[in-house]
Order: sequence, then C-alpha cells, then structure tokens
Amino acid sequence: MSQPTLEQKPEKDRKKGFGQTLWEWLTTVDHKKIGIMYLVSGGLFFLIAGVQAMLIRIQLMVPENDFLTAFTYNELLTMHGTIMIFFAAMPILVGFMNAIVPLQIGARDLAFPFLNALGFWLFLLGALLLNVSWFMGGAPNAGWTNYVPLSSGYEGSGIDFYVLGLQISGFGTLITGINFLVTIINMRAPGMTLMRMPMFTWTALTMSALILFAFPPLTAGLFLVMFDRIFDANFFDVAAGGNVIIWQHLFWIFGHPEVYILILPSFGIISEVIPTFAKKRLFGYEAMVFATILIAFVGFMVWAHHMFTVGLGPFVNVLFGIATMIIAVPTGIKIFNWLFTLWGGRIQFTAASLWALGFIPTFVMGGVTGVMVSVAPADYQYHDSYFVVAHFHYVIVGGVVLAVFAGLHYWWPKMFNRKLNEPLGKATFWLFLIGFHLTFFVQHFLGLWGMPRRYFTYIGGQGLDTGNLISTVGSLLMGGASVLLLINIIMTAIRGVPADHDPWDGRTLEWATPTPVPKYNFAQIPQVRGLDAYWLAKMEGKKDLPAAEPPGPIHMPSPSIIPFIMALGLFISGWGFCLHSFYEDSFIPYLIGIIGLVIAFGCMAIHSLIDDPGIHIEPSEHNKERET
Amino acid sequence: MQTGIKANQSASLPEHPERATLEGKNKVLGVWFFLGGETVLFASFFGTFLALRDGTANGPSGAELFSLPLVFIMTMLLLTSSLTSVLAVWAMQSNEYRKMQRWLTLTVLLGFGFLAFEIFEFVEYAHQGLRFSTSAFSSAFYTLVGCHGAHVTFGLIWIILLQLQGMKKGINLTTAPKYYVASLYWHFIDVVWVFIFTVVYLMGKVG
Ligand SMILES: [Cu+2]
Repeated sequence: MSQPTLEQKPEKDRKKGFGQTLWEWLTTVDHKKIGIMYLVSGGLFFLIAGVQAMLIRIQLMVPENDFLTAFTYNELLTMHGTIMIFFAAMPILVGFMNAIVPLQIGARDLAFPFLNALGFWLFLLGALLLNVSWFMGGAPNAGWTNYVPLSSGYEGSGIDFYVLGLQISGFGTLITGINFLVTIINMRAPGMTLMRMPMFTWTALTMSALILFAFPPLTAGLFLVMFDRIFDANFFDVAAGGNVIIWQHLFWIFGHPEVYILILPSFGIISEVIPTFAKKRLFGYEAMVFATILIAFVGFMVWAHHMFTVGLGPFVNVLFGIATMIIAVPTGIKIFNWLFTLWGGRIQFTAASLWALGFIPTFVMGGVTGVMVSVAPADYQYHDSYFVVAHFHYVIVGGVVLAVFAGLHYWWPKMFNRKLNEPLGKATFWLFLIGFHLTFFVQHFLGLWGMPRRYFTYIGGQGLDTGNLISTVGSLLMGGASVLLLINIIMTAIRGVPADHDPWDGRTLEWATPTPVPKYNFAQIPQVRGLDAYWLAKMEGKKDLPAAEPPGPIHMPSPSIIPFIMALGLFISGWGFCLHSFYEDSFIPYLIGIIGLVIAFGCMAIHSLIDDPGIHIEPSEHNKERET
Repeated sequence: MQTGIKANQSASLPEHPERATLEGKNKVLGVWFFLGGETVLFASFFGTFLALRDGTANGPSGAELFSLPLVFIMTMLLLTSSLTSVLAVWAMQSNEYRKMQRWLTLTVLLGFGFLAFEIFEFVEYAHQGLRFSTSAFSSAFYTLVGCHGAHVTFGLIWIILLQLQGMKKGINLTTAPKYYVASLYWHFIDVVWVFIFTVVYLMGKVG
C-alpha cells in the first residue's frame, strides 16, 4: 500500500477527474460519505416538494383560481406529501444518523457498510422511480395515503409509480433500520453502556426498531395494491368479496409509527443541541430514555385514530383515542426536560440553538392540537378539514424540519469541515419561523370555519379568502428562508474557513474526532467513562479521550459497485412493471420486470459468494495522517 | 480443494464459530431482526387473509378444495427439513464438514419435495376454478401461501449456494455464521408454515 506524504495528498486530490470522483461516490461504503449523499439527495427532494407546496399555495391564494387544473393540483398534492415524508424528512434524518451515530458510539463504521450503501441506493432509485411518473402518463394523484378503491381501481398509471417507488425505497429503509439496530447494540466503544449513550443515538436506536416493525405492514399493503392493479387480484374489489378498509389499517399501522420514525430522531437532535448550548448536562436523561421507548411502544397502538370516521364503533374509537392521549405524557416529559435543561444554563444563542429553541413552543402547539383530534367525537368535526392540515404541519414542519435545521447548523462543521454563516443562519431562522406560523396558524381556523382539505379551490365570500391569502404569504416567506439557507450553504462551500474539530465545545464523542474525520474515525477506539464522555475528559483537563486499545492495524471494508447495480436492478424491475398500463396484453413489461429482479438477485448471490478481504491501514499510516 | 477441506477440518474451531468474530455476531443479530420484520410482514398477510377468507364471490371456497392429507405430507416434509438443518448446524459447530454437507443436502431435497407438492396443489386448484383473480379469497390465499412458497424457494437457492461455496472454503469463522443464519431462516419458514397449516387449512376445512 502506498504511503502518501503530506505534499502529495492535495495534488492527488486535484488530479482526480470527474469520472474518478463519481466512481468513488458510487462505490463508497463509508458511513460519512453515505451520510452526505443522504443529506444532499434529501435536501434536493425537500426543495422539489417545497416548490410543489408553493404551487399549491399559489393556487389557493385567491378563490376560484385557475392557476392549476384540478388534476394537476391532485398530482402536486400527492407528490408533495409523499416526497416530503419518504424522500426528504426520512433520508435527511437517516443522513444525520449515518454521519453521527458511529462517531457518537466510538465505532469505525456501521455493522454492515455494504448494506448501508445498498439502503441508500434503494432509497434514491425508489425516489427517482416515483418522480419518473411525471414523464410517463402523469404523477400519482390519490393523495399520499393512496386510499383504495380510488387508487386500486380508478386512477391512472401514476399510482403504479407510487406503489413500486415506495416499495423499493421501503426495502432500503428496512435494511438501514436493521443496520442501525445491530450497530448500536453490538458496536459501542468499551465503557459505553446503554445508559451512557447520547440521546441522539438512543432515538436512532428506537427509530430503527420502529422502522423494523412499521415498514413490513406498508410493504404488505403496497403488494396488495400492486396485485390488484397489475395482476387483477380482488383485495379491494368489494364485488368480488374484497374489503377496502384493509388498506387503511395496513397503511396506518405503518403510518402512525412513521410519525415517530420522523419525530424521535428530531427529539434526539434537540436533546443534543440544547445541552451543548445551555452548557449543562441534559436534565432527566433517564426519563428521556424512558419517554422515548414509551412513545415508540404506545405509538404502535394508536393507528385507528386516523380512522375515527370510518365507523369502527365507539369502543374501538375510545380505546384508540385514550391510547393516543397517553402519548402526550412521555412527550410532555421531554418538553419539561428540555426546559429544565435550559433553566439556569448559560444559553448561547447560536443559529443551531435558535432553531432548537423555536422548536419547543412550535412543537407543543402541534402536540396540543394532536390531543384535540384524539377526542373521537370532536374529530368528526376536524376530520378532513384544514384543522388537520394545520396539526400535522405543526408536528412535521414545526417539529421535524426545525430540528433538522438545528442539526444542520450544529453538525455541519463535523460533516463538511466548515461552519455555516451564523448571522445568515439566524436570519433564516426568523424568516422561516415567522413564515411558518403565518402559513399554518390560520389554517386551524380555516378548518374550523369549514374548509375541507385536498380541494383544489373554493368559492369566495365565505370567510375563507383572507385566511388563505395570509397562508400563502407565509409560505412565500418559508420559501425565501429556504433560499437563504441555500445561499448560506453555497457561500460556506466557497468561502468558509475550516472549522475547529470541536467548534461548539461539545459533549459527545463525535466532537473528539479530528476534522476532517479520518476514514477510520478513531485511530484507537476510545474508552468511555460516563455520559457526555468527551465533556468529562475535557473537565478533567485532558485533550483526548483515553484509548481502549493499543495502536494497531485497522481493517476497513473495500468499496463496491454491487449495491448500486443491485438497486438499479430493482429500479429496472419496478419501471418494467409500471409499463403494464402502457402495453396492455403484452409480456414485455413483465419481461423487463423479471430481468430487473434477476439482476438484483444475481448481485445478491455474487456478493454472498465473494469474500471481501477489506483494506488494512497500518498504524504508521494513520499516525502520519493524524499529524496533519 | 480436497486439501483445503482437510486443512479446515483439522484446524480447531471455537465452540460457537458463528459468534466468534464481530462480523459473525453482527450477522446473527441482524438476521434475528430481519426475521422480526418478516414476522410482521406475514402477520399482515395473515390478517388480510382472515379478513377475506369468506369473500369467495362466485369461486370455490377453501372447504371445497383443501385436501388435508396432501397438506399433512407437506407439513411433515418441511418439519423434517427443519430437523435436518439443526443437525447440519450441529455438525458445523463440531467441525464435521462432510456430515454438515450431507444434512444440508437432505434439507434441500426435503425442501424441494415440499415445493413440488405446493406447485402441484396450486395447479390443481387452478384447474378446479380457483385462480389468483377469481375472488378476494383466492387473491389472499395465493398471496399468503405463495409468499411462503417464495421464501422456501429463496431459502433453497441460498442453501445450495452456501453448499457450493462450502466445497471451496469449508468451515471457518467466515462461513460458519452463514450456515448458521441460513438455518435460522429455514426454521422461521417452518414456523410460518405451521401457522399457515393451522389458520389456512385446518380452520378453512373445519372452522
Ligand atoms: Cu397518528
């Protein structure tokens, strides 16, 4: 193996052509690079779905607007929801988990680096398959919940792209969930007991367990819709003995835990940012852990609160209503713990901490309306109205997106070696927060005044005009804030100064690594002596953490193109099956479908047959890198 | 190749070779979690089947079609193959390469026997008017039982590939976890079948 000297290295980087760089990213199994790819593609989908939201708001700005047709509106509505949930929020959070969790537990990579890359490519190509629909007969238009029989029997080819796109990316998510479960359970550094794990890692663990048990029902449900649409099955055809409620059950058995899949890691981010900038240990760490697990557990027993008006009967409705209200208790515990962490702390108002501070009251408002809609009799009034739209945007934007932005400013220096511009970050925060409340606060009232969700227009003079105008203005402010963030990112990339390895005076292990983080993360795996291990070491006046092992050769997995080709195989297969409505009574779609599957399974066989010898990095080499 | 195997056999293995390395430990735990997810997948299909089993529309019902002796033979074949896969793992743990390969071969043969009966069964039902698109019951039946059949097929191919790989590499700390998790998976398939036997066939015939 070559030993790069200090002068050679930058020159070698510069020589790298575009093709070589592309190949490096396509074949990487490094959790840090995969984290960046998740963040970039998730960010891109966030912008796409954000533009779709603005188009929706422009259409609703004035009564009886004809900016969009009803059909296009339905497509945009469906794509906005689907992309935001599956292809923006989730991948961004998984991106943070990829970049940070191995560093926080003192590991060199995830348990299965190959599967990590596979999970990413499945997500990305699944997302691309969904978006291909725009160019092939139109996007899906049955709402992000894709209710049957509308989706199974009446709508066009777009639904196939929804079903197969989500199916493919869902496999990726499941694989990723298992990967994080095994990593966090098996690969923690010596001394890091479960109750010494940073909160973000705890929430990543819980979220992964939720993925493991929540995604299979979605997989099953998507198969049923696919079989009904492509192979003439009768699951949702009532005339042939089918039952349309089955989809609602399967979808929401997945769908409600999905909310916690998104919000728990967001809680985790907030639980990292607040102690760091309050300069205090997280208040009630044990209670936080307990609350996280309780939320995840009870979160599986509340799905029918999305189905109060289906007619499951008062007993079922009351049961699920009460279970839903119970979740408010552990969530309240979390809110108070954050407040008590701030209490008496020396709070630093950085951009990251502003986002986190904005999160607390905003999320509480979403929680309060959540308890309101959990009252089944009252829900008959709220159901399918803008009140519900306001509620879930307070939870998902006010909760997840604010937390993601906090995490972005907080971990940017560790992921990209540079600090985002602070004043610009703060300006973004205020613009976004004001825009957000302007957009969604008024929607509570629009809902109570009778405006139904999903309608593409409304008649003027019914008291809905002003509210909708305010809402649209607010959404433009949020759009402006997103542009500011983008400018910040570009400016930082061009002119940013390299950041210190520990720019916020952090508490957890990721800040103990040098910046840029070497391939193997830790030259020697650290010994952990307590919660906030790095902070403890710093308080003892040490610069570095004690090592748990003598310096020795480090074994890393080698890069591989197989994950990409395997995901490509499934993409081809899904695309083939989507063709069935264009070539009726032809075998070609099925042939393409099967060829794709053969490619995917062939890759799987190849991977299992070939042993990866990996790459060995000798101590002399990483010592040299360390000195730089 | 022969010498390679002999070298592997004479080398001493730890008591639990499948868990001797971190990679092995990760693999075993990962497959346990995977099977947890699979359980939920099958549970969803079971729930769907239970909701739709009376939705026979104009097609035949399970009570009219199912033949319990046939299903009983299938059950016996699969249960026995589960046993032989345990014996294969025991042979692997005591580093008896040939014995392990023999038990794995038997497992595969029994699995193929099961699969042959299942294909015969499906063809027979189709002849009697129960096709995938006949009724909600038929769709749910073929989806649940067919999903299990697909898992059996996948498992068979997996084990055969491992056997071929074993001819070259024998039993060592890299291959041991692979045999172990394949056998775990095979047991899981067996357990799912016990539920299918009860819920689909017995309850379909009697209840
Ligand atoms: Cu819910």
